[in-house]
Amino acid sequence: MKLTGAEILIECLKREGVKTIFALPGGVVLKIFDMLHQQKDIEVVLTRHEQGAGHMAEGYAKATGKAGVCLVTSGPGMTNVITALADAYMDSVPLVCFSGQVPTSLIGNDAFQEADNMGLSRPCTKYNFLVKDVKDLAVTIKEAFYIATTGRPGPVLVDIPKDVSMDKAEFVYPNSIAIRSYNPVYEGNKWQIKQAAEAMTKAKKPVLYVGGGVVFSGASQELLELAELTHMPVDMTLMGLGAFPGEHPQSMGMLGMHGTYWANMVMHYSDLVVAIGARFDDRVTGKVSEFCPHAKVIHIDIDPTSIRKNVNVDIPIVGDCKMVLRELIQILRATVNGDQRELRKPWWNQIREWQQANPLAYQQEADGPIKPQHVIQRLYELTKDRDPIVSTDVGQHQMWAAQYFKLAKPNRWLTSGGLGTMGFGFPAAMGAQAAFPGRLVLCIAGDGSIQMNMQEMATAVVHKLPVKIIILNNRFHGMVRQWQDLFYEGRYASSDLETTPDFVKLAEAYGAVGLRASKPSEIDAVLKEAIAVNKPVIVDVPTYRYENVYPMIPAGGCNHEMILEDPPALRNKQSGVGQVTPKDSDTILTA
Amino acid sequence: MEHIISVTVENKFGSLSRIAGLFSGRGFNIESLSVAPTLDPSMSQMTIVTSGDERIIEQIVKQLNKLIDVIKVVDLNESDFVSRETALIKVHTRPEDRAEALRIADIFRANVIDSTPATYTIEVTGDPRKIGAIINLLQPLGIKELTRTGRVAVARELIRSTDVQAKKIARE
Repeated sequence: MKLTGAEILIECLKREGVKTIFALPGGVVLKIFDMLHQQKDIEVVLTRHEQGAGHMAEGYAKATGKAGVCLVTSGPGMTNVITALADAYMDSVPLVCFSGQVPTSLIGNDAFQEADNMGLSRPCTKYNFLVKDVKDLAVTIKEAFYIATTGRPGPVLVDIPKDVSMDKAEFVYPNSIAIRSYNPVYEGNKWQIKQAAEAMTKAKKPVLYVGGGVVFSGASQELLELAELTHMPVDMTLMGLGAFPGEHPQSMGMLGMHGTYWANMVMHYSDLVVAIGARFDDRVTGKVSEFCPHAKVIHIDIDPTSIRKNVNVDIPIVGDCKMVLRELIQILRATVNGDQRELRKPWWNQIREWQQANPLAYQQEADGPIKPQHVIQRLYELTKDRDPIVSTDVGQHQMWAAQYFKLAKPNRWLTSGGLGTMGFGFPAAMGAQAAFPGRLVLCIAGDGSIQMNMQEMATAVVHKLPVKIIILNNRFHGMVRQWQDLFYEGRYASSDLETTPDFVKLAEAYGAVGLRASKPSEIDAVLKEAIAVNKPVIVDVPTYRYENVYPMIPAGGCNHEMILEDPPALRNKQSGVGQVTPKDSDTILTA
Repeated sequence: MEHIISVTVENKFGSLSRIAGLFSGRGFNIESLSVAPTLDPSMSQMTIVTSGDERIIEQIVKQLNKLIDVIKVVDLNESDFVSRETALIKVHTRPEDRAEALRIADIFRANVIDSTPATYTIEVTGDPRKIGAIINLLQPLGIKELTRTGRVAVARELIRSTDVQAKKIARE
């Protein structure tokens, strides 16, 4: 039987096991929406902005490990989703985005709502397709899912002109696919793995440096086994959080620009860095020429371009983290004997010293302004037993969440690492909630970031996605303000938001629940109330405006030279600013 | 250092823009690029002349390999190769210069492929040095237009390593 392009698309999605798509209609995709409307297998989450649709699909993908799917129209629909595609590309999120296109006869004509979708998406997708003939549609979709989810995952765009969605063709869905020019390598080179194992048994001061690749390849169990077997400390990147249990005694927490003191010291003074599914981003390496000066580097990654891109590598292993770690463990089990612990005792003594010397710290006075770290600490304590999924936006709150919210398992952490997209957190949390309706999904946001995709609150209410948003509200673009205080002599150029909407009333206006904690003593009760509600909730927490994120390695700085607290000049300048001033009380935040 | 990279790609809509986009997006140099279908019309052969230090060339090769449409990448500098380029040079020829232009073409084994009372169009093939040399000689006459194909290159066929002597002779 012949089907229209729109029907073929839906049949393909069903065969790929897609249950939910995030979408916003428009002229050239009406046929597709019409067919979606007439079926019940796939839920359509209608978003209020295409960027929201893209981030929801990302959140869905990060939480489930499967490809997220979004559908947008031509022209502005496409340009709006670009940010999400770029975000997914940087963070290796498997995504399949369908975009509408003007009819094939009009392509290139500057038709209404036409954009060069292929040209626009090329630099921010793993691959993109323009389907010119409905006969190619099914195979193209199969290829799109295959490319998005294999090798190093990433976003794939399928551009469907209007006539292709309406034309008919015989529907045949291929069971398997092979692309001659695309053959990701999964198995690591055995000789190299042997070399790596040997280096690991000999090293006196080794460290495991793990990134998002461990999460995507599902290698957390193997990582835990390897870490315990070799008794090595584990540094996690921002994307790698959750790959290793945050409360495990060998967990060093996050490393990098705002990583823990000891995670960065461990890197700097190590004699062997074992990088697993991480890419030596500039937020991790700091000054490359002085990065890990004493260490040999082993790098395990599925993407050969990640290896030796930023730093020199002694033992490169191209392959899937899970498979390579399994082999490594096998070899190590046969060779390692009990003396690893003994061999590394001085190293661990040193690490414990570092941990005691400069722990993560903040001062919360009982009747003082609320410290943002305290809110996250309390949120963590109150929710950790419920195994929540945590999303964040981008900025100070993201770094505090990374420092204080210790995730026990992978796929619980939704954050925009590479692109640093403000406005990511809320829609991503909604995507995860759509995938797991019964789970507790938290979105830690800043007052700046949340306003970048606030419109999706309508989507959350309509689709009953009870995401809990906790806004750490300092009326600043806080990270910008921090840099201005540290490096621009405190000139707050366009970082002071001065006022923010009344988030409690805003939530209520959308039909969601709005709560506020204005004093430290109210935090627990308000958070508990938010968690108990089965609706989307905004918890607005006005916080101390001038709190800074420490430790901090200045951009281009060296990893062992961290700023650990406010410099004296800054402390004096800010003495008293934490108190409620008349100006502050003018705003709704202290009301 | 200059490298010549030979790339076999799917002969598909957009393949060229993916490769050109990779170079511009990552700040790699392209000195010249030539593309044409191979014996198998579903594939195209590109010859890219680029430059960079060892790390950059390694990244270029890896990044090219990572592109989904790319089937094969060979850095020809890793072995021995031959390369050629063709130039079409339209040169002004006053009556007193016409014989000189022909003589120069003859020295370089170039052909005159179009002729008007005031110009010759000369086709010359060779390595970049040869093309540079003929351009230098023709310049005093006045070059009206110049178009070059960019280089194409192919690896020299390997000779059995046991026969070192033959290899040496063949190279010479």
